[in-house]
Amino acid sequence: MSDETIGTVAGVDALDVARWQFAITTVYHFLMVPLTIGLSVVVAVMQTALVRTGQRRYLAMTKFWGKLMLVNFAMGVVTGIVQEFQFGMAWSSYSMFVGDVFGAPLAMEGIVAFMVESTFLGLWIFGWDRLPARIHLACIWAAALASSASAYFIVAANSWMQHPVGVELVAGRPRLTSIWAVLTNSTALTAFPHAVAGGFVVAGVFLVGISAWHLWRGRTEDDQDRTVWTGALRFGGWVGVAAFAALALTGDAQGKLMFSQQPMKMAAAEALCHTAAPAGFSIFAYGDVSRPDCEHVKSVTVPALLSFLAHGDFSTKVDGVTPLVERYRAEYGANYPTDPALGALSGKPIDYVPVLPVTYWGFRLMIGFGALAAATALLMLWLTRRGRIPRSRWFPVVGLVAIAAPFLGNSFGWIFTETGRQPFVVAPNPSGVDGVWMFTAQAVSPGVSTGEMLTSLIALTVVYGTLAAVEGYLLMRYARAGVSGVLPPSDESDEPTDVLAFAY
Amino acid sequence: MDLPTLWFALIAALWLGYFFLEGFDFGVGILMSSLARDDTERRVVLNTIGPVWDGNEVWLIVATAGTFAAFPAWYATTLSAAYLPVLMILLALVGRGVAFEYRGKVDNVRWRRAWDTVLLVGSLVPPAGWGLVLTAMATGVPIDASGVLRGGPFALFTPLAVLGSLAVLGFSIAHGAVFLALKTEGEIRARAATAVRKIGPVCLLPMVVLVILLQARNGSWWTLAVAMPSLVATTAAMLRARAGRDGQAFVLFGVLLAGTMTLLFGSEFPTIVTSTIDSAFSLTVRNSSSSPYTLGVITWLAAFCAPIVLAYQSWSYWVFRRRIGTRHIPEAHVP
Repeated sequence: MSDETIGTVAGVDALDVARWQFAITTVYHFLMVPLTIGLSVVVAVMQTALVRTGQRRYLAMTKFWGKLMLVNFAMGVVTGIVQEFQFGMAWSSYSMFVGDVFGAPLAMEGIVAFMVESTFLGLWIFGWDRLPARIHLACIWAAALASSASAYFIVAANSWMQHPVGVELVAGRPRLTSIWAVLTNSTALTAFPHAVAGGFVVAGVFLVGISAWHLWRGRTEDDQDRTVWTGALRFGGWVGVAAFAALALTGDAQGKLMFSQQPMKMAAAEALCHTAAPAGFSIFAYGDVSRPDCEHVKSVTVPALLSFLAHGDFSTKVDGVTPLVERYRAEYGANYPTDPALGALSGKPIDYVPVLPVTYWGFRLMIGFGALAAATALLMLWLTRRGRIPRSRWFPVVGLVAIAAPFLGNSFGWIFTETGRQPFVVAPNPSGVDGVWMFTAQAVSPGVSTGEMLTSLIALTVVYGTLAAVEGYLLMRYARAGVSGVLPPSDESDEPTDVLAFAY
Repeated sequence: MDLPTLWFALIAALWLGYFFLEGFDFGVGILMSSLARDDTERRVVLNTIGPVWDGNEVWLIVATAGTFAAFPAWYATTLSAAYLPVLMILLALVGRGVAFEYRGKVDNVRWRRAWDTVLLVGSLVPPAGWGLVLTAMATGVPIDASGVLRGGPFALFTPLAVLGSLAVLGFSIAHGAVFLALKTEGEIRARAATAVRKIGPVCLLPMVVLVILLQARNGSWWTLAVAMPSLVATTAAMLRARAGRDGQAFVLFGVLLAGTMTLLFGSEFPTIVTSTIDSAFSLTVRNSSSSPYTLGVITWLAAFCAPIVLAYQSWSYWVFRRRIGTRHIPEAHVP
């Protein structure tokens, strides 16, 4: 991400390191988050079936998928803590600038979502023998819905950075005038269902892949757990397919908002150099998409599709990067202010073009991996129709490999949308809110040295990398062990005992 | 009371709640390896806080997010000035949170030992770190006009801040010991009760000294009205602990903590962050709060949510109120 947009001279500077750190910790955190969002609801549905029917099959499903959820949840929690602090640590100028607006949704997330999530998950984990079945079931539902609620608040906060609303500029800083406008920001109302649907695709394909492997492994013998795996595969498959449909619909709505709210991001998603009417959608390009003059780029395009994505018809004019740069210079300034806090960028021209290869390919990989995930889910549903179990060894391999696809799709989606608004950290709202925007270069903490930033970048990356290996190891261990890994052999005696149902 | 003052008091109360609740979590994590003789006993110790530690930790998140919302400059200045100490705290909290969940997931002695070490370090660093950072920022650090700390990261390590660090750490250990005496049975309970009597006074000493110094330094009549009872409560707590009344000692420890937090946040009021370069650079309740509208929004939020949160968190403590001992610990069942 070190590029001309942030004006680095030869070496690294604190701004570059801070950006890498935010990117690494956030993308990493968002590997755990979608799985938690999707899997917690999936487990809650399984336990609902258990409470309604009392069947061992649903007990096994709840325990098995619940265990994998918890292994993942722990990592989501601890990496989320870091997020709460790093705005102030590395981006103190940003925090002071947006504090009147940005802190409120974070406070709501904490007191509404995290409190419920942590307390009720604790009750769920340890409460199997302490709570009546229905209350215990309510605990997992509360924790699961709180996960989604936290996504709503944080997406509302992020959407305000993409499209500031509900504020007025007072003494050079945005001042909140309507919390309702922030919470019902059109950007947030489309991004939230999109993010949650992304979580359900992750959970669906996760169920499909692991279940396919267990089904295939037990294909020849009389596997008493077979219905556990067929049930999870079919359920996960439909969840994945339905969630992808929701992704497509909400993604389309987001595209139309992006066209009016962040035209440069739209152009960058396409690496569209010149304005076109109608504009075609590039499926694949070869050559150097990083040059905004479009020389040497050949692209396979679907005619007029971009116009449709932007505005719902096949003729709308879509602005290209080159004319937009002129417009942005006129509206938001041609040069950075002269300010020692900006370091090498002080007084320099502002580069309004995001890193085009990242936005162009990020956009395509997001859609591509999402579609691949949904296609695999559909394929697995068809292969297992009416109780069939494929004998081919490709069946589990495809299922397991496909688990990675929706994770990658989610990551590329965030990478696209966050790099696509550069060089802004708070992107300007072209209509409605005047004068509220902030360049990323102005947002970094002025008092934190490059050495301190590098220390934290390295420390966090090493710790996160180690923990990724540990989590992956534990997930594989439990996934492989199947039902016997989470359900102890049933106790013959029915005498009441003092032993806890679960203990660390 | 105007809204900025109310929010200053609320944030102090959130930190008090955090140190009260997660204080004993940290203490339990620190004492686990020394109080328990074998793995089953370690699991007894760990499971006293198993269902509740995560909920306790959210108090920190809410305190931080509340500071961001109500006093953005306080949030930004503190976290960027204390960059490296806060990084250490975060890494400790990351390791510790994962250790709870992963320690028992593989039945292997080396695996558990490794996580026990993470748990010990992860429980030592946050109370020591937060004690240092909060005391330093409140009592005075070289902050310039733009909120930047001058003099490098070690400028935070003032004598008073180091005392604050020891105070919160010592309190956490003592509180963890009383909590264990309250929540376990048999030998572990006896050992925990002995620990309270033997190391309790030493652990609480830094906090007592901190209260006295803060009062002497900049206290007023109303902080004295808080400082005196908290010192009396400390003496009473040790006496009640000697008499075997762990529950009363547990609550009385909380009174000392409440007194400390009141003095720490209140003795410089209305200053929030004291600059030793020029008092004009100090952050105050007046010059660093959010707009009245934003404060109004989060006041309604707090008024509506806080009672509900307190109700279900109390309920969760009620559900898991039983003492536990080695006879309650199930055999390890892992793949």
